Amino acid sequence: MIEIFQILLTESFWAASLRIATPLIFGVLGALICEKSGVLNLGIEGIFVAGAMAGWMAVWLGAGLWGGVVVAAIAGGFFGLIHAILTVPLGLSQHVSGLGVTLFATSASYFSYRTALPNVSSPPRIEPFRPLEIPILSELPFIGTILFQQTALTWLALFMVGLVWYVMNRTGLGVAIKAVGDNPNSVDAQGLSVYGLRIGAIVVGSALMALGGAFLTMSAFDAFFFGMVNGRGWICIALVIFASWKPGKALLGALLFGAFDALQVRMQTEVGAKVPSQVFLAAPYVLSIVALVIAARRAEYPRALLTPWFKGQR
Amino acid sequence: MIRVEPRNANSAIFSYGVPILSAVVALILASIPLWLAGAPVLISYVEMAKGVFGSKFAFSEMLTRATPLMFTGLAAALAFRAKLWNIGAEGQLYLGAIAAVAIGTGYIEAPAFILLPLIIAFGCAAGSVGMVVPAILKTRYGADEVVTTLLLNFIIIIFLQYMLEGPLKDPMGLGWPQSSPILDQGMLPPLMERMRVHSGLIIAIVCALIAQFMLARSVWGFKLRAVGENVFAARHAGIKVNRTILGAAAISGALAGMAGVSEVAGLKGYLTSDLSPGFGYAGIIVAMLAGLSPIGVVISALFIASVFVGADSMSRAMGVSSYLADLVVSTSLLCVLIGGFFGRFKLVRTNLEGKN
Repeated sequence: MIEIFQILLTESFWAASLRIATPLIFGVLGALICEKSGVLNLGIEGIFVAGAMAGWMAVWLGAGLWGGVVVAAIAGGFFGLIHAILTVPLGLSQHVSGLGVTLFATSASYFSYRTALPNVSSPPRIEPFRPLEIPILSELPFIGTILFQQTALTWLALFMVGLVWYVMNRTGLGVAIKAVGDNPNSVDAQGLSVYGLRIGAIVVGSALMALGGAFLTMSAFDAFFFGMVNGRGWICIALVIFASWKPGKALLGALLFGAFDALQVRMQTEVGAKVPSQVFLAAPYVLSIVALVIAARRAEYPRALLTPWFKGQR
Repeated sequence: MIRVEPRNANSAIFSYGVPILSAVVALILASIPLWLAGAPVLISYVEMAKGVFGSKFAFSEMLTRATPLMFTGLAAALAFRAKLWNIGAEGQLYLGAIAAVAIGTGYIEAPAFILLPLIIAFGCAAGSVGMVVPAILKTRYGADEVVTTLLLNFIIIIFLQYMLEGPLKDPMGLGWPQSSPILDQGMLPPLMERMRVHSGLIIAIVCALIAQFMLARSVWGFKLRAVGENVFAARHAGIKVNRTILGAAAISGALAGMAGVSEVAGLKGYLTSDLSPGFGYAGIIVAMLAGLSPIGVVISALFIASVFVGADSMSRAMGVSSYLADLVVSTSLLCVLIGGFFGRFKLVRTNLEGKN
């Protein structure tokens, strides 16, 4: 037990927690926007892969880091648009369409990567985002190391939490998105476009998810690997239920998850000899299932989630 | 204005035409990535066809690849019919394979007519558990089975790695993380001499026939379809919804587990952590392409296996990435989804008042 407390007191532990949480923050926010509009987006896992690949590829081709971020977001928006067309105007099964998008985005990313780089033994590296050193603030003892040595993408993720909260709770657009996920008929009666709102929410949400992927290749690592997303998208789908579709709680959920993941890595070195390493590897997935089971009972799903809506049909 | 209206009757042309057309469209669309990759498109298609139909061996390889896809396709089709979203066939496949090597590698010494059924029973039971647990989490706690089965896939693969490095590790395996080989009398007999295709294929086809019959003709099948089509009406009619869902979960998991048994006891002989190149996920596509019909699963598994085997040999010949196969297969899923929409609905042009 003492070891755990010692770990919890280190700066590097909390810095790592925030770093691990960053892609999840993007992913949970993206999933939240989609689901608030009434559409489950299981394309998330593939969109993470597409964002990771497209962002990395753009930087590798010389687009610059922020150019890569934009390219990743566009790639995510593109695959989101496919899901949106299939699920909104066509009203197809959101489960199957989402899985289809995941398989399509993943295979398209892998195929493009292999086609662009047919014969590389070790993946080529890019110069990733550097930690933002803010004068004076970075010098602060505990907080300075944790907050002010993160990369710009982590700051962007934190900013997005505030932005999504503001749009959802303080603007007419947010009211409309929430209404279209609860009662599309009422939105239609107001003369607003149900299709437009849902498609827009899915495209924007998917662009955010892709930034989560881009963080992996452009900040956490400096190259693209097959299988590097490793279920992070699915974890976000569990976390968004845990967060009951609230941006603040989404941040909290992602941070708790990041802290737990950082802790298990450190525990592994402490007690690794006694416990098989796989116990630690499996822990994040088990934790996600536990969080889902706890949250599921009292989860207030957007009322029209998974229900297609057709114009002119009541 | 354009309005969406349901078609009056499910026409046979659509239910058979849509999947076939989708498959063809997906294959044609593959010319785009082929062209982007700089390969001569027509020659690539010829190479792909040769990879499946070019020789007796090529064809038997396709059948070998189709076998696990039939099992995972059936697993997905039966569960989806009950609106139970089993996305965990990949994990359940490995549970079946783990159970098969756990008892088949010498733990029980018995003649083939005892050992083989035991291996199959244990494999199916293990796969079954892998789906019943998330089904209970769904019926008891309302935890979405899509997320739990997806996450369980990762947990089971990590568990598999532990088993292969620990309890199931082959002491003669030169340190590789692999299991001991299954005893000779525990192996599914091969179907053709000097070919890899094995009797798992026969079992898969028999399973499909039984599933087709049960689904269409039995009370169990009726309940399953009723729960899938309208859970409220089913409950109102006195059908025990949760029990039906758990039953569907058990059968679905068992079929996915059988995919693992068939791969390990029919083909490889021992278990490694790369036994399945995503058969569980591909099974979902197989099931959707089949319109969730068990007999259809057999046919669509043959198609998907042809794409995989054909694209594999084409990619070797032409130097195009073999991820092309995944691209074609996932495109065919998107095509069949869109096609299915036009099979069920028609677009009606309306005037401004919204009348026909």
